[in-house]
Amino acid sequence: MITKQLSVFLENRTGRLNDVARILAKENINMSAFSVADNSDFGILRVITDKPEEARAVLKKEGFAVSLNDVIMLNLSNTPGSLWMILEVFAQKGIYIEYMYAFSEGATAVTVIRPSDMEKAVEVLAAKGMD
Amino acid sequence: MGKIWNETKECMSRDDMRRLQSERLKKVVERVYYNCEPYRKRMQEAGVSPADIKSLDDIVKLPFTSKKDLRDYYPFGLLSSPMSEIVRIQGSSGTTGKPIVAGYTRRDIEIWGEVGARCLTAYGLGKNDIVQVSYGYGLFTGGLGAHGAVETLGGTVLPMSAGNTEKQILMMHDLGVTALACTPSYALYLAEGLAASGLPREEFKLRVGAFGAEPWTEQMRRDIENKLGIKAYDIYGLTEIMGPGVGYECEFQHGTHICEDHFYPEIVDPVTSEPVAPGEKGELVFTTLTKEGMPLIRFRTRDLTRLIYDKCECGRTAVRMDKIMGRCDDMMIIRGVNVFPSQVEAVICETEEFEPHFFITVDRVNNSDTMEIKVEVKEQYYTDDIRGMLKLRESLAHKLHSVLGIHPDVKLVEPRSLERSQGKAKRVLDKRKFTND
Repeated sequence: MITKQLSVFLENRTGRLNDVARILAKENINMSAFSVADNSDFGILRVITDKPEEARAVLKKEGFAVSLNDVIMLNLSNTPGSLWMILEVFAQKGIYIEYMYAFSEGATAVTVIRPSDMEKAVEVLAAKGMD
Repeated sequence: MGKIWNETKECMSRDDMRRLQSERLKKVVERVYYNCEPYRKRMQEAGVSPADIKSLDDIVKLPFTSKKDLRDYYPFGLLSSPMSEIVRIQGSSGTTGKPIVAGYTRRDIEIWGEVGARCLTAYGLGKNDIVQVSYGYGLFTGGLGAHGAVETLGGTVLPMSAGNTEKQILMMHDLGVTALACTPSYALYLAEGLAASGLPREEFKLRVGAFGAEPWTEQMRRDIENKLGIKAYDIYGLTEIMGPGVGYECEFQHGTHICEDHFYPEIVDPVTSEPVAPGEKGELVFTTLTKEGMPLIRFRTRDLTRLIYDKCECGRTAVRMDKIMGRCDDMMIIRGVNVFPSQVEAVICETEEFEPHFFITVDRVNNSDTMEIKVEVKEQYYTDDIRGMLKLRESLAHKLHSVLGIHPDVKLVEPRSLERSQGKAKRVLDKRKFTND
């Protein structure tokens, strides 16, 4: 359930995202999910890859500011109410969502969540029988 | 409390000092008027004669001297003594154009030694100290200036000049050198040499450093003090005025005491050239009150600072000069406010989360000036937390606003994307056009 997510600081310049994608591609690192949080002059690229440690090392070598962070990655059923069920328990237990991103295809909806309290979130989900 | 070399002069009451300065000003004005053609001409053009100078207050009637004058009248045009009286030439290469040279009479050299001895005494040095002078010896005022200071003090001078680090370290060790005089950057170089020598620090007697001839920051001072295990003091001077010894820090290091009975400092507005109110910031201007060889009247240093007239904790009344906050040439006027890159640098350097690098872009959008400052965050402070990063940016913008008086637009950029300063890196881009078309 807990996954390492790569966070990359990016200036809002043309081609920077492109650079990251190229560097990872050359190292044969696959991205399974990503999102960009941005404001007027910089953004933070958040990526789930198959080789997070390698990805960090290679991006760092190329001069990027990179950090690895724990996030929760859930495979939910792609049906109405499955996300609501999770968020509802989080809310009841006082767990905030710092950010999240998701996509769905076929029967599965993949959700990446950064909760305010990782330990508690994992506990709650485990109690629900989710991993 | 530390010793004072010349208590009469260094601790004189303000009234007595002004009286002494007034007398000396009258004499030096007479000297240049009757002995130096360019000065006489310029005073006549300004409609002022020596008789108009009755006290220090009249100094504002006198025309300024600029660095350009020293080049225009190179080599001997500004001398106020015949060559037969000149016993020494010193100079500086200057980064552009012709060098600058200055002629000293025997009396000038004596006074140089006297003011130098005041500096060394303020650093806690005396007759029993061995001072290694590792400034370059030659035309540059550093070497011979520091040399004369140690001799006048009565200490022992070890004239090493710059270079040959291994030998410097060996002599420092074997001779039990207690003080080092050199540029701050060479001090750091010697610190590395000392570490590399493998000689144990406790076998050295070094305890004091007298560093000058180039600007250095508080951070550099701490670095030198830690690496060499000494107390580091600033010694101030300019070739045009004398060389090292124009001013010095005392044990309290709250500014640089000026030997104002010999070098009278004023602060003027760099744009209007009018004197500023006491304690206000502006361009530092010096008049040499006792120099014979090449006295200068109201020499504009282009350095920006302010003067502190309060009595110092060390007991000296000699006026203090604050840290030099920049050069007039670097000044930008943004939304009507004077802004210096050095102010930006100071704020960024003292903010833990940022690297000491920046780039300023000034522009004019819709008839309003904009100021953008690009900064890098230290590696460990780039995080996944966007709100935290924004907060970091806002707190720096806030600090800059309180220092600069205008609100800059702070931009966080990627690590190592700004040019590293190698002495004179370009850190400002002014895109505004001030033409009338």
